[in-house]
Amino acid sequence: MPQEPNSTLSNRKAWRVPSYWPFVIPALVVIAGIIIFPWLFTIWMSMHEWKIGAPTTFVGFANYFRLPTDPRFVESVWHTIVYTLLSVILPLIFGTFAATLFHQKFPFRGFLRGLFIMPMMATPVAIALVWTMMFHPQLGVLNYLLSLVGLPAELWVFHPNSVIPSLVMVETWQWTPLIMLIVLGGLSAIPSEPYESARIDGANAWQMFRYITLPLITPFIFVAAMIRMIDAVKSFDIIFAITQGGPGSASETINLYLYSVAFVYYDIGYGSAIAVVFFIIIVLLAAIMLYMRQRMHWNQTGGAA
Amino acid sequence: MFEKPLSRRTLLQGSLAVGALGLSPLPAFADPQWKKYAGTKLEVLLAKGPRGDNFQKNIKEFTELTGIEVESEQIPEQQQRQKAVIELASGKPSFDVVHISYHVQKRQFEKAGWLADLSGFMKDPNLTASDLVESDFSAAGLKYAKDDKGRMLSLPWSVDYFILYYNKEMFEKKGIAVPKTFDEMVAAAEKLTDPAAGTFGFVGRGLRNANMTLWTNFFLNYGGEFLDAKGDILTDGPEAVEATKLYQKLLTKYAPPGVSGFNWMESMASFTQGRSAMWLDGVGWAPPLEDPSASRIVGKVGYTVVPAGPKGQYSATYGDGIGVAAASKNKEAAYLLCQWAVSKKQGARLLQAGGGVPFRNSILNDQEVRNGVKLPKEWVQSVIDSAKISKLGLPVVIPVAEFRDLVGAGVTATLSGGDPAVELKKAHEQFRPILERSEKS
Repeated sequence: MPQEPNSTLSNRKAWRVPSYWPFVIPALVVIAGIIIFPWLFTIWMSMHEWKIGAPTTFVGFANYFRLPTDPRFVESVWHTIVYTLLSVILPLIFGTFAATLFHQKFPFRGFLRGLFIMPMMATPVAIALVWTMMFHPQLGVLNYLLSLVGLPAELWVFHPNSVIPSLVMVETWQWTPLIMLIVLGGLSAIPSEPYESARIDGANAWQMFRYITLPLITPFIFVAAMIRMIDAVKSFDIIFAITQGGPGSASETINLYLYSVAFVYYDIGYGSAIAVVFFIIIVLLAAIMLYMRQRMHWNQTGGAA
Repeated sequence: MFEKPLSRRTLLQGSLAVGALGLSPLPAFADPQWKKYAGTKLEVLLAKGPRGDNFQKNIKEFTELTGIEVESEQIPEQQQRQKAVIELASGKPSFDVVHISYHVQKRQFEKAGWLADLSGFMKDPNLTASDLVESDFSAAGLKYAKDDKGRMLSLPWSVDYFILYYNKEMFEKKGIAVPKTFDEMVAAAEKLTDPAAGTFGFVGRGLRNANMTLWTNFFLNYGGEFLDAKGDILTDGPEAVEATKLYQKLLTKYAPPGVSGFNWMESMASFTQGRSAMWLDGVGWAPPLEDPSASRIVGKVGYTVVPAGPKGQYSATYGDGIGVAAASKNKEAAYLLCQWAVSKKQGARLLQAGGGVPFRNSILNDQEVRNGVKLPKEWVQSVIDSAKISKLGLPVVIPVAEFRDLVGAGVTATLSGGDPAVELKKAHEQFRPILERSEKS
């Protein structure tokens, strides 16, 4: 907007309610109502000893001080970290591999791609029920498959040591296609010239992948990793439907523990404190990844210049 | 516990009428003023299961009798508990009558004052049929229904005893007698286990939380008590350690692999497939075991009481009741409905379908009712014998869910090699502050 030299006009401008306000207010109200208010309310609840059926009292940060001394919470943090790491890394590896595979031209490619992304479209709870049956140590198909190749039967989700890897297997099976789709998008954006010149220079397939494809699709992998991380850290349905955090509490992540505290033990105050801490953890993880991505981006442009 | 019923004559009249089940719409007892609240509308929140089914199936009779309209919904147990608690805490529940599970909710509901006091109604002949007297309920039922001031806050509806189910065919093949003690049970389990053939001696709940209902049978029979006089929890004492050792032995050596993830459903699957010879669980599972479309062992199931431990013989007992929300505006009408739900007629139907066991002695001791039970006679006998040795299966505290989760996790951990004493100590240390906090508030 051009500056007006007229001083009275600019004075009036200074106090007049800007004309765009009526258009902004609905959005602000919605944001305040569904994002800001619930957050403030959660923080407020976390400062109280608040159990359903009992009077509430203000306790300051006592609920937060309880967290590090609660072995179940500390354990659940570790479970969350292991679960998240595994279920980000494995789909990334398999997804990237699948993407390079499906990027090649071969008959029925479209149809096979469609088949491959089917797991992603199914409901997690339905998937969980099917896998629960497959995991069954006596009647499940997985142990039958192991027996075919002469391996001993496994306990899968029924043993504390194998439960998280088994759950990650389900998660990987379901979400590898998502990574594949994102990476495929990246692959199709790569020009073919670098490959032609590499071939002339005598590079083999692995070298072409390692030094051309991988650097060029890294930004896409990062986006995929970020989406996957946020999803995995909050994972609830698959774990709840298959093990409910068991055996014992061997697969209890923060999210499952939070559910128990708030909706089974009705300890709303403590549950809110866990929710706040959990939120901070997710934001921190996302921030770290964003930071890494930015650095990576800077490196790339720096390298190109 | 099953003393002789008090007023023989009225009960006999009642049982005659129950014998003519469903033929007559008339109530079988001396009449309160059923019609007084005609036109009232009641909302009922039920937990999904045979009690809820039996209630909904016959609710028309209640409406005919009283003119009271009833809207009811059945919700799966876990969600029903959540819904009840959240709505009651809000002060304006959407229901007048609520189905509660005593072993989980008794103390919580009492402390919060969510249930209306029914003692006054029970003494009012205008509201209460003459056969509904406190002494007709079994001791466990009264213990559950009354608060510490002796007020009736709900009517005991259905009791769940733990019994031992066994596969007669497997027992006969090996020539083993039905175990009467824990030692005999372990010996039998050992003989019946043959992993190569895929058959096992014992199966039961290993899943955290669910497993506590099984474990407490061992705990009680080793002489365990949940709380001492000061209200401190006692699940790390020698009785608990011994009970856990037995649990660990049975479930690791003689049970199917993966049992640490088994709830009643998986246990029942293993038992009905004929893969496990013994199963210790609630009395209510007999109908599916005797259903040819769900079970491969129809007619081969034996039913008996929980074997004796070194310090006694008890059947861990759980139960549910039906009560009136304190916030309800139709308490009298709601009370009439509760009364109908636990009436002789409804109780007899429940028992005869195997869907639950009424708390009322006048129903259980009624030969006429017993004759109508479609399940094997042994099952009825195990119910009656269990009633004599029944003992509450969980501590009556507010944080029951935490108790079951924490101690249950410790007990499950012993299935993958954890030491019973160490695991119990750990669980105990986590649970104690929670219990103290809940009693303080």
